[in-house]
Amino acid sequence: MRELLSGNEAVARGAYEAGVALAVSYPGTPSTEILETLADVFPQVYSQWSPNEKVAFEVAIGASIGGGRALCTMKHVGLNVAADPFMTFAYTGVNGGFVIVSCDDPEMHSSQNEQDNRTYAKFAAIPMLNPSSSQESKDMLVTGFEMSEMFDTPVMLHMTTRISHAKGIVELNDVVAGPNKKFIKDPSKYVMIPTNARKRHVVVAERMEKLRHFAEETPFNVVENNGSKIGVITGGVSYQYTKEVAPDLDYLKLGMGFPLPMKKIEQFIKSHDRIFIVEELEPFWEEMIKAAGFLQVEGKKYFGALGELSPIRVAHGLKEAGVISSVTEPVYSAGDMFPRPPVLCPGCPHRGAFMALKKLGVAVTGDIGCYTLGVMEPLNALDTCICMGASIGNAIGMERVKGSEKGTVAVIGDSTFVHSGITGLLDAVWNQSNVTIIILDNRATAMTGGQQHPATGKTLMGADSPSLNLVELVKALGVKNVKELDPYDFDLVLNTIKTEMETPGPSVIITNRPCVLMPVRIMNEPYVVDSELCTACGACFRISCPAIAASHETNKHGHPKALIDETLCTGCTLCTQVCPPEAIMLKSHFVKA
Amino acid sequence: MQETMNILIVGVGGQGVLLASEILSEAAMNAGFDVKKSEIHGMSQRGGVVSSHVRIGPVVYSPTIQEGQADVLMAFEQAEGYRAINWLKKDGIAIVSRTALIPAIVTGSKQFHYPEDAIADLQKIVKKTIGVEADKIAAELGNPRLVNTILLGVLSNYMPLPTELWVDTIKARVKPKLVDVNLLAFNRGRGVRLTKTTA
Ligand code: SF4
Ligand code: SF4
Ligand code: SF4
Repeated sequence: MRELLSGNEAVARGAYEAGVALAVSYPGTPSTEILETLADVFPQVYSQWSPNEKVAFEVAIGASIGGGRALCTMKHVGLNVAADPFMTFAYTGVNGGFVIVSCDDPEMHSSQNEQDNRTYAKFAAIPMLNPSSSQESKDMLVTGFEMSEMFDTPVMLHMTTRISHAKGIVELNDVVAGPNKKFIKDPSKYVMIPTNARKRHVVVAERMEKLRHFAEETPFNVVENNGSKIGVITGGVSYQYTKEVAPDLDYLKLGMGFPLPMKKIEQFIKSHDRIFIVEELEPFWEEMIKAAGFLQVEGKKYFGALGELSPIRVAHGLKEAGVISSVTEPVYSAGDMFPRPPVLCPGCPHRGAFMALKKLGVAVTGDIGCYTLGVMEPLNALDTCICMGASIGNAIGMERVKGSEKGTVAVIGDSTFVHSGITGLLDAVWNQSNVTIIILDNRATAMTGGQQHPATGKTLMGADSPSLNLVELVKALGVKNVKELDPYDFDLVLNTIKTEMETPGPSVIITNRPCVLMPVRIMNEPYVVDSELCTACGACFRISCPAIAASHETNKHGHPKALIDETLCTGCTLCTQVCPPEAIMLKSHFVKA
Repeated sequence: MQETMNILIVGVGGQGVLLASEILSEAAMNAGFDVKKSEIHGMSQRGGVVSSHVRIGPVVYSPTIQEGQADVLMAFEQAEGYRAINWLKKDGIAIVSRTALIPAIVTGSKQFHYPEDAIADLQKIVKKTIGVEADKIAAELGNPRLVNTILLGVLSNYMPLPTELWVDTIKARVKPKLVDVNLLAFNRGRGVRLTKTTA
């Protein structure tokens, strides 16, 4: 059986074929679909979301020590959150096989940085496999579990957006369930007090030696001989890009990207006149190969270290290096065009808070989620966005140094608050910071597609679960001023923020309207504009609702009047609250003269 | 087909770009070709630009098209068609829906403007531009979401895939109650060709 699968779907299929006992994650682009596919297509594999990546990683460790094969997936920045257990788990090693999938996002299609997580494999001293297609994503995951058990180590499967989200043809296999293991008490292996850890560090070093031998033999590191004097060392999607533009060169394709097969590499280098290393982002392989004494290899000089590689970037690099004689350049160049950034949906519950914050002109520390889009024109309502959970800490610091004359407000989503905002809030209470925090509770992890979290009352696999009561939680943390309110009531939001900013000590405002898109699309009766009454003042344009467009009618200054797309309008009422002549009314109330 | 064929599909989040590229890729796989397909989503769900690269051939390496090498550029929105023109190769075909979606960033600030007639602008540069009144046809058929199937119909005229494969794949991929109207839409699209277009 052959199927067209994305790399992420192929990983899910691989987890099924490898008989994984537990899969766990916190959603994050480009990794999200792995667990979603498992829950959808392979309910025989137990899978769950955890509140954040550190917890997810710890859950997976428990499953592995308990004897089951465990899969833990996350986006690149997620591994920063999980780095603490990750680094030490590399010491203890596994019982049931353990694979951590790191999905990196070169070019930052949906991320705040473009770190190269191959570095983490080296940092933790664990083996890393890097697939270059959907087929390999599945195959390497299955082999990853075998390697994990064979070498007693967690294994990293390193994916990138272009592998995770690209579809290719995959040959499906049957389940090849792993060994049936049980928990064996062994504190010297699993309790990392210094005396034990010192011994385990030695084991890690020995393991690395064995892995180096393995790297020489694994069929994932393969030489393709086309009789060329020029050799390319590459792997992951970079292999596909290079093959595309220069199919006739010789290749050493690194399917296992750490530790490196240095003997194989040496042989390959010695049998070629020139060697190029084509890899995305950091000179990860280039530096290790140069450090091994092969200073003649060429790489980053031609291909650059920023952003995603592409066939044309590789082609330009090879041309500059004199390997290929010409590059077919694009014949057309696109003209200047308006930008079309993603925007908050029509009726998004976050819009009200941003309109109010903009009006107040305060400093707004932001966080990761849909509401990060509030930074875009014309809302311009965010001043910072660093990482998951940073908004509250940022606000505490900003407030302490009186960075903003008009004060500071932190905004954070419900999923993000549960992920890593709670400890920030605890800090605000403990140190009695005068911050005002708005928890934009839309009852979903909306940015990544509306996944469940501890406050939604459902698990990944669809079971009911108690939903975390944010108001009670915030009170229990010691916040005295907690207000829950309707974000569609603009004046209420505005006045509450003002009052809370004047109240000493930390205040929390929780908005209570769900995401209009997920899990079901919420639509009320749409609003329309009475063009007779509309003065073309533009106030409704500035709230950035995609349902509001410019009509062909203009006022005497030539400014366009407003028009509402009824198929998009969710009837949230926000635009009606900013329209001075009350030209916006419910469709059923509008009687054409 | 000896060479790899490159089709770039562009549009705005929510327009059905991804479903169209799925249908195309699956039909091509069922015809026995190697296929790779890559898309940009993530934040795009919320009204941003969406693009999907589909590559079909005997053996396909890169999941993305090389800039300037698309045989066909298929756009669900006219300004997006114009925006992506740098991907098209010389003598490539541009299939562009008349649909115009003007974003809030254009209406909400004076800095940007939306092109008067992006299809006409395109035709000045790309000889083989097919302007498709897909939004009108979709409205006639009673469902604005049919734009993607209509455009697939137009595209099918330029692809080495048998009609039954298109039909079977559409049947497999759309909801049962929408199969008939989608096949109608596909056929309406098939009636639109380069020579006949008035655009
Ligand atoms: S998905 Fe939901 S939370 Fe995100 S922008 Fe749309 S309405 Fe707002
Ligand atoms: S009521 Fe106004 S702001 Fe709300 S969705 Fe409709 S047009 Fe947009
Ligand atoms: S706010 Fe009211 S008057 Fe002003 S442009 Fe919008 S609809 Fe017209």
